[in-house]
Amino acid sequence: MFASVGRHVVGVVEGYGRLGRFLGDTFRALSDVRTWGSQTLQQMRRLGVDSLPITLFIAAFTGIVLALLASYAMTNYVPPYLVGTLVGKTMILELGPVLTGLALAGRVGANIAAELGTMRVTEQVDALETLAYNPFAYLVIPRVLAGTLMFPVVVAFAMGTGLVTGWIAATTLLPVTTAQFVRGLQMFFVPFDVQYGLIKSASFGLVITLIGCFLGLTTRGGAEGVGRATTRTVVYSAEMILVLDAYWAVTLLRTQVA
Amino acid sequence: MIEFRDLHKAFGTNRVLEGFSLAVRDGETMVIIGYSGTGKSVAIKHVVGLLEPDAGEVTVDGQVVSQLKRRDLTELRANIGFVFQFAALFDSLTIFDNVALGLRRRRSMRESDIATRVAESLRLVDLAGTEGHMPAELSGGMRKRVGLARAIALRPKYLLYDEPTTGLDPVTAAVIDQLIVRTREALGVTSIVITHDMRSAYTVGDRIAMLYQGRIRQVGTVEEIRATDDPVVRQFIEGRPDGGRAAERASLSDAARALAHEEEA
Repeated sequence: MFASVGRHVVGVVEGYGRLGRFLGDTFRALSDVRTWGSQTLQQMRRLGVDSLPITLFIAAFTGIVLALLASYAMTNYVPPYLVGTLVGKTMILELGPVLTGLALAGRVGANIAAELGTMRVTEQVDALETLAYNPFAYLVIPRVLAGTLMFPVVVAFAMGTGLVTGWIAATTLLPVTTAQFVRGLQMFFVPFDVQYGLIKSASFGLVITLIGCFLGLTTRGGAEGVGRATTRTVVYSAEMILVLDAYWAVTLLRTQVA
Repeated sequence: MIEFRDLHKAFGTNRVLEGFSLAVRDGETMVIIGYSGTGKSVAIKHVVGLLEPDAGEVTVDGQVVSQLKRRDLTELRANIGFVFQFAALFDSLTIFDNVALGLRRRRSMRESDIATRVAESLRLVDLAGTEGHMPAELSGGMRKRVGLARAIALRPKYLLYDEPTTGLDPVTAAVIDQLIVRTREALGVTSIVITHDMRSAYTVGDRIAMLYQGRIRQVGTVEEIRATDDPVVRQFIEGRPDGGRAAERASLSDAARALAHEEEA
């Protein structure tokens, strides 16, 4: 039993050691601008632009459901324009960033882990090194930068889509006029809401891409290892999104309330 | 000159190299033979700094590889071409871009010079005209030849081949052997070839070294290895299921049994 606990402890310490080394190597590779600069635009398109369809699909239906939920919860108690308030606040502050983050943890995180994991087990990462490339500059930094910069853009589109579908649902399915919906949207709106949602999204992008790159590059054991890295990336990313969501609520929202 | 000095490397409890020493002279093709899983690939990965030794060192032109800073290691790697066992081509790049990737790292080369060099390298491996294809569209043998083209495009001083003929049919394997010989004649490179294909070893090698139980069992010219009286090397080069290795295993088990009896007593 002691041996088993010891092995587990050693495994955990080794894991943190690998993570520390990975972050250090990534940071040092930032100086190789020529390598990561040429790859970043391509990754911004792959991770950002190509993620728009799934993100907008989710946001569209979320907007509709939010409008109907608001109406269901508040009918006969509060004025109808508050449907606009609830759709706006929820989409911008919470569901836009978090639902998009969770969807992209699957799409982007899994994609990165599978791609880099396959490159690792088929010696493509070794080949890069023998061709005098730094894999952290060529593979990691472009993906992490693209994720951090493009997630807020994608989430901004998601927020906009959710608001539009929420307005359509409210005005066509509920006794709410466009003027009432817009009034509700504007009533409690503060620019900080958008900043808060976008900062959160950038942190999700950073963490999802870092996890995908780390688990991808440390993949061992062929196809099974790639599968394991991919699954762990999605699970850890989803967990980290919820942790960060709470972290930003405590650090940013609480200060606003105070 | 590439020199392995008393190299030790273990992965967990699996000790792969235990005192591996070998000197590869300039201009020669050294073939390292040995059973699967004995650490041949592990040994040559130390030459380009893909692995770090637990003890001992590898020197290339007098520089200790494991002590080089990243920038110096990058310069060293620019002089060494590595042909991977399964080619390790980049799936998302065309054949042209695969071969050009290492050249683009060099600031001094213009895109037109790179295109010329890529075409020359592909012609040298008889794959002219495949520039626009993706790796997935090529056969295993063709991919290995692209891997060789990618390595020689850099005009390296050293070439390391990791099992270049494994998994190929005999004719394609012979073509690869011819290419290795032709590349050496055309570019005058020093090469290390890892293989367990003896026909290939005799064709391409100036000298042959056998890696066995983590260290070099015997090293010699092709003729010396063919005429060896070492039972382990003999069994390997003749591909016999019984012989020196089996006898050594048996004597080791006998010794272990004897030791166990002694302890019991």
